Amino acid sequence: MLQEITPVMLPVYERPAALAGVHTHYCPGCTHGIAHRLVAEALDELGLREQTIMVAPVGCAVFAYQYFEMDGCEAAHGRAPAMATGIKRLLPDRTVLTYQGDGDLASIGIAELIHAAARGEPFTTIFVNNAIYGMTGGQMSPESLEGQRTSSTPGGRDVQRTGFPLKVCELIAGLEGTAYVVRRSLHDVASIRKAKKAIVTALKVQQAGAGFSLVELLSTCPTNWGLTPADALTWVEEHMLPQYPVGDYKVSAAALRAAAG
Amino acid sequence: MQDSFLFSGFGGQGVMFAGQLLAYAGMDAGYHVTWIPSYGPEMRGGTAHCFVILSDQAIGSPVLPRPAVALVFNQPSYEKYAGQVAPGGLLVFNSSLITADQSPSVPTLAIPATATAHGLGDARLMNMVMLSALLTVRPVLPVSALEAALAAHLPAHRRSLLAANVQALAAGAALAREAWLSPA
Amino acid sequence: MTRELLKGNVAIGEAAIRAGVQAYFGYPITPQTELLEYMAWRMADLGRVFLQAESEIAAINMVYGAACTGARVMTSSSSPGFSLMQEGLSYIAASDVPAVVVDMMRGGPGLGNILPSQGDYFQVTRSAGHGDYRPIVLAPASVQEAIDLTMLAFDLADRYRHVVILAADGQIGQMMEPAELPPMQPLTAAPPWALRGAQGRAPNRISSLYMHAESAEAANRRIQSRLSQIRQYEQRSLEYATEDAELLVTGYGTAGRIALSAVQAAREQGLKVGLLRPLTLFPFPEERLSVLADRVQACLVVEMNAGQMLDDVRLAVGGQIPVEFYGRMGGVVPMPDELLTVISRMYRRVAAPA
Repeated sequence: MLQEITPVMLPVYERPAALAGVHTHYCPGCTHGIAHRLVAEALDELGLREQTIMVAPVGCAVFAYQYFEMDGCEAAHGRAPAMATGIKRLLPDRTVLTYQGDGDLASIGIAELIHAAARGEPFTTIFVNNAIYGMTGGQMSPESLEGQRTSSTPGGRDVQRTGFPLKVCELIAGLEGTAYVVRRSLHDVASIRKAKKAIVTALKVQQAGAGFSLVELLSTCPTNWGLTPADALTWVEEHMLPQYPVGDYKVSAAALRAAAG
Repeated sequence: MQDSFLFSGFGGQGVMFAGQLLAYAGMDAGYHVTWIPSYGPEMRGGTAHCFVILSDQAIGSPVLPRPAVALVFNQPSYEKYAGQVAPGGLLVFNSSLITADQSPSVPTLAIPATATAHGLGDARLMNMVMLSALLTVRPVLPVSALEAALAAHLPAHRRSLLAANVQALAAGAALAREAWLSPA
Repeated sequence: MTRELLKGNVAIGEAAIRAGVQAYFGYPITPQTELLEYMAWRMADLGRVFLQAESEIAAINMVYGAACTGARVMTSSSSPGFSLMQEGLSYIAASDVPAVVVDMMRGGPGLGNILPSQGDYFQVTRSAGHGDYRPIVLAPASVQEAIDLTMLAFDLADRYRHVVILAADGQIGQMMEPAELPPMQPLTAAPPWALRGAQGRAPNRISSLYMHAESAEAANRRIQSRLSQIRQYEQRSLEYATEDAELLVTGYGTAGRIALSAVQAAREQGLKVGLLRPLTLFPFPEERLSVLADRVQACLVVEMNAGQMLDDVRLAVGGQIPVEFYGRMGGVVPMPDELLTVISRMYRRVAAPA
């Protein structure tokens, strides 16, 4: 006897609820899309979408507040940590995120970042480091590597004249207010999975009120690096990783407890 | 009626509080009053001053180029303000700490205020001695108004000093009567 | 209510608290520091938010964030610090969130000094940040007015979802005067646009970013329409002896208050002089000034700067009558007798020619 078989289609991949159903303006091959997805998945997994407020930066992620299906706002250049401080102080039980690139965070906004971290403001910063100013067309950022060609260092970054790359995780890990400071990379699948876990942990650390949390994500800018998306990923691996080692720069005891819980 | 008062001395001599007490007493008596401190760089030099105006009309400027009355608590303040008092005014100075080496064009009242305060057991009472001496000679308000203002406005943590302050007011008034009425 | 002897800075802080301010962010700068110090303990006592920011730049952006949650929020500063807040002010205005900012003006330009000045008139009324907008600007002349206008500032900020600046000077901040405080008001509820988490509703988004010219122009039109309402309904000024005045003196804040003494003294000498004291610098009380300009022979503008409100007076008067200016700069406060001399001379020259 023949049995009728009803085909069942199980979704294996879908848009996270926390990610808005809109087109982004990111360049093809840019890792912002991955970073967005990881943040959205982490928020969904923890059931935080409806109680989260995101602060977007100035830079390529300037529209991030539109790309997430949750409350959000757009800060002045570099001021996202100050804005997030204002929000979190008023709404301590909500989840507050800043999403910032390296020009925004490490150059114009380094004062706001360091003081928010030093105060131990219990919000989470997602720091997308692609070692260049993307939105303005590829100028040197504080994170640009020694020798890196950018439109404002056409002969390659000369550290004698422009100073040395600013290593944010190493810089703020020593501050007592920080609870969870880690660097991850988005250049391959294994690294992406680790990045996701770190974002989940950072959000748990925030929920526990353990202090300031920051996840740095080594990212690409194929357009301004002048590389194909695939070559850009290789460039992260070969050039950025040695200068910006992935790892846990600060996991406080309270953060450890929060991560386990 | 409008009367203006400059209080000047070292930080810690109670300059600001003496001015405020006069302002409180003026307010309680129904006058328009202003009190304004010196807050410029001069406050870093160790001397402090404040300016008080009592008036039966709205007060325009809380500071005037020349006060009607100057109360000077120390030598630098004397050097600076003895010659600044407006015509028809009064200079009251703390003769315990000041060598009077000028000839101001206005009447002067020398009060050994620091010595008197010491005699009462607390040098910090010097400002009250000076203030009641002033009102005894220039009775814009009765000295009793200062007592009432002290009772009404002395901060809670200073309440224990009320009796001593009242005593200092009485001592200042007695000194002023003596100094003012006795022939020079 | 009882009258208390209150310092301007403290009075503004307590008035803000009674208006229901839920968060204060600030940075120390003379001559407004007592306001920050007062908020430090008073807000903590009430379980409200106080934070000493790392800079005025951070303070105004904390205000921006806190304002996005729908709470009544404020900061305070003095001229150089206010300069640093300009970027944030522009974002706040463009985002339609209410905020109250106190500028206790001091002598400039540059580091200048900490003495009373009105040198920020242009800065507060014209250029409080980039782009096409004007904040509402209130100018108290006494401690009582500082209290009343602080209360008004929060109401106007909420009503128009706009930046309101309380522009006073070091003298008003430092001075003590008898004043009455209003009763404590309940905290306001968060409005529907506030960012508090998109629970059971579509996300709220607050931004000042418009990629396309058309949408940016539409946003500008929205701001301009708000400003035209503000111009229509919120002009405020006080007058003294203007009914039969031949010479009109005008000044705001401390200069206006000192000018009142001079005008009263001029009246005692039989000179027909009146005073118009603007309480709102934006909207400038141009309607009232224009009416008075029809009646008087001339106008004298008195400021503690090189002539800034002077421009607004000239615009309002529109060339009907001569407008002259007297100002002191760099922290010098004019004295009543000094202004009386200026008034008398001008009166003889333009209002009652021999």
